[in-house]
Amino acid sequence: LFEEKMAAGQGVRPLSLAGHVGFDSLPDQLVNKSICQGFCFNILCIGETGIGKSTLMDTLFNTNFENLESSHFEPQVKLHAQTYDLQESNVRLRLTVVNTVGFGDQMNKQESYQPVVDYIDRQFESYLQEELKIKRSLHNYHDSRVHACLYFISPSGHSLKSLDLVTMKKLDSKVNIIPVIAKADTISKSELHKFKIKIMSELVSNGVQIYQFPLDDETVAKVNTTMNGHLPFAVVGSTEEVSVGNKMVKARQYPWGVVQVENESHCDFVKLREMLICVNMEDLREQTHTRHYELYRRCKLEEMGFKDTDPECKPVSLQQTYEAKRQEFLVELQKREDEMRQMFVQRVKEKESELKEAERDLQGRFEQLKRLHADEKAALEEKKRLLDEDQSSFGKRRAAAQLLQAQSLTANGKKDKDRKK
Amino acid sequence: MLVLALENHTVCTDLFGYVGIEAVLDQMRRKTMKVGLEFNIMVVGQSGLGKSTLVNTLFKSKVSRKSCTPNCEEKISKTVKLHSVSHVIEEKGMKMKLTVIDTPGFGDQINNENCWEPIVKHINEQYEKYLREELHINRKRRIPDSRVHCCIYFLPATGHRLRPIDVEFMKRVGKIVSIVPVIAKADTLTIEERQEFKERIRQDLAANGIRVYPQKEYDDDPEERILNDRIRESIPFAVVGTDKEHQVNGNKVLGRKTKWGIIEVENVAHCEFANLRDLLIRSHLQDLKDVTHNIHYETYRVRRLNESNMNFSELGLSARPLENGTADTSESESHL
Repeated sequence: LFEEKMAAGQGVRPLSLAGHVGFDSLPDQLVNKSICQGFCFNILCIGETGIGKSTLMDTLFNTNFENLESSHFEPQVKLHAQTYDLQESNVRLRLTVVNTVGFGDQMNKQESYQPVVDYIDRQFESYLQEELKIKRSLHNYHDSRVHACLYFISPSGHSLKSLDLVTMKKLDSKVNIIPVIAKADTISKSELHKFKIKIMSELVSNGVQIYQFPLDDETVAKVNTTMNGHLPFAVVGSTEEVSVGNKMVKARQYPWGVVQVENESHCDFVKLREMLICVNMEDLREQTHTRHYELYRRCKLEEMGFKDTDPECKPVSLQQTYEAKRQEFLVELQKREDEMRQMFVQRVKEKESELKEAERDLQGRFEQLKRLHADEKAALEEKKRLLDEDQSSFGKRRAAAQLLQAQSLTANGKKDKDRKK
Repeated sequence: MLVLALENHTVCTDLFGYVGIEAVLDQMRRKTMKVGLEFNIMVVGQSGLGKSTLVNTLFKSKVSRKSCTPNCEEKISKTVKLHSVSHVIEEKGMKMKLTVIDTPGFGDQINNENCWEPIVKHINEQYEKYLREELHINRKRRIPDSRVHCCIYFLPATGHRLRPIDVEFMKRVGKIVSIVPVIAKADTLTIEERQEFKERIRQDLAANGIRVYPQKEYDDDPEERILNDRIRESIPFAVVGTDKEHQVNGNKVLGRKTKWGIIEVENVAHCEFANLRDLLIRSHLQDLKDVTHNIHYETYRVRRLNESNMNFSELGLSARPLENGTADTSESESHL
């Protein structure tokens, strides 16, 4: 595979070595570096409240993650993430466990899947942002993308719930889904077999793509093929130990017997641990990065209008597209600026004409008032003149009357004098 | 609105029993074996310093054609031409695509000014190619890596100091690629002469601010620093190359036979070829690739993206604030 890929492009010929060169130590060099850096693994557990997510995590990682019981009365689905530093011999693992809180508790479960999808997308977004930064540090970046999603199926024994199908369908292109049947100690062996077949056929008929353990590496192809046939794993979780024979084993004690967690004939817990951690952890991380993340990135960038080829199908680099978009953006900005300026000028003009209009109005009224005033003044002057005339004529008449009176008095006095004599 | 109860602190937890986490190391090994590796090495030096011989000795096969063979009709070219040859070699299941980039004509002209330019151009072209692939919307699963991981610079065994061409080249190219200087044809120096020569070279390198591999600044942890300090004390390695085998004390060894004795190439008492080989291949192969990818390539990328002013946040790439509370940097609206 490697040779074909490499040789195909450039006519590269294989060469034989005359002695030991030493580059076969490369895997060890890589491993040593990884040991120094540490590993990172993120698991998302989706399941109804009380289905056993936290207990299973505790059992898988042989530790106590100190999770509190959640209530059944959450108004919405929430996600609770917690990061742990684990160490086994010289391997350091930074494990992030994300649990859903309140999943399946609401009356209306139509939007239940959305917070989960949003969480997964947010981690992809965060990585994409880091990748697109100019100054970035990807090799130091704490990868928070979800590598594996354990979907907990209720042990009803019949079939999947519609909530399960809807949720898994929404998630199958974003994350590696590994369905598990929780609390499998409530199902008998024969019921379990039928249940598993029913679940798988429902998944297939609904087009849900769950994670398939990889078959391309001969070392693990065989065990992976077998395990693929055992999906979904029926698990039982327990951190309590019960004495069986002369050993203490993790188990659940019932009056009718003891369910041993690590007994493969009791449940598939060991298979889950093998597959999830011991055999395929690296592949889960790789699939997340090369398939799910790339899909997210492609969709996101295409959404923003970036393409690899322009309408004439000539290859277009991101830079060209970016430049084109930038020009578009700047032109748009310029246009908006111009529009705003125009609007401003327009408004100013309008205001100006309004003001002018008002001024004219005012002027008109002033003129009118002035005229009125002048008219009144003229009228008043006329009246005054008339009054003056009246007065003067009256004065004259009075003077005349007085004179007359004076004359008549004198005349009368003479008459009187005459009579007296 | 989703309320996310994300706790930022990590808890250190003890495991009560076996989980199987360490199996991830095996998974990594298997993956590396399946994927194989690409390694690109460039050899720079005047003609006749034994570049091709050294590469052939390093990889124990006829990787490069020696220019002194009778079938070779190449004249000394007027400019530095880069000549790249790829081979696939396999060892114990580990496949490697080895590309050797030769630089005939370097330092051979009478006027050698700017002879490093074609080399710098080639190195940057490889970074550019990788950057373009990385920026595609539809990316390949594995981007073909043609970037130069290591540049071996051949110093002639004059015994004196660095020459101007050496200083100029290493100063310029040392900024963009990991340079490993070697003293070529070191069988003309006695042990004392060799030590003094190396000391003077180290002084010259320090005086000119030239950083050769392994660079001090990139040491990750104290252990690595100690290891690399030891290496830094003995560079440049004085090497001798050959592909001929001779009998010494009943064993077949690689060596050069002369009238006065046989120089065993892989004998550390004779020359430092084994040290070079161990550095390049057996211990620091992955580190060379990492330094090229995480440091030199990133430096190129920063420069390139700044040149074209590609700032994605301008176009409002992030529509939502990041989880840890940092405000998102999209300011497309506020430009107005």
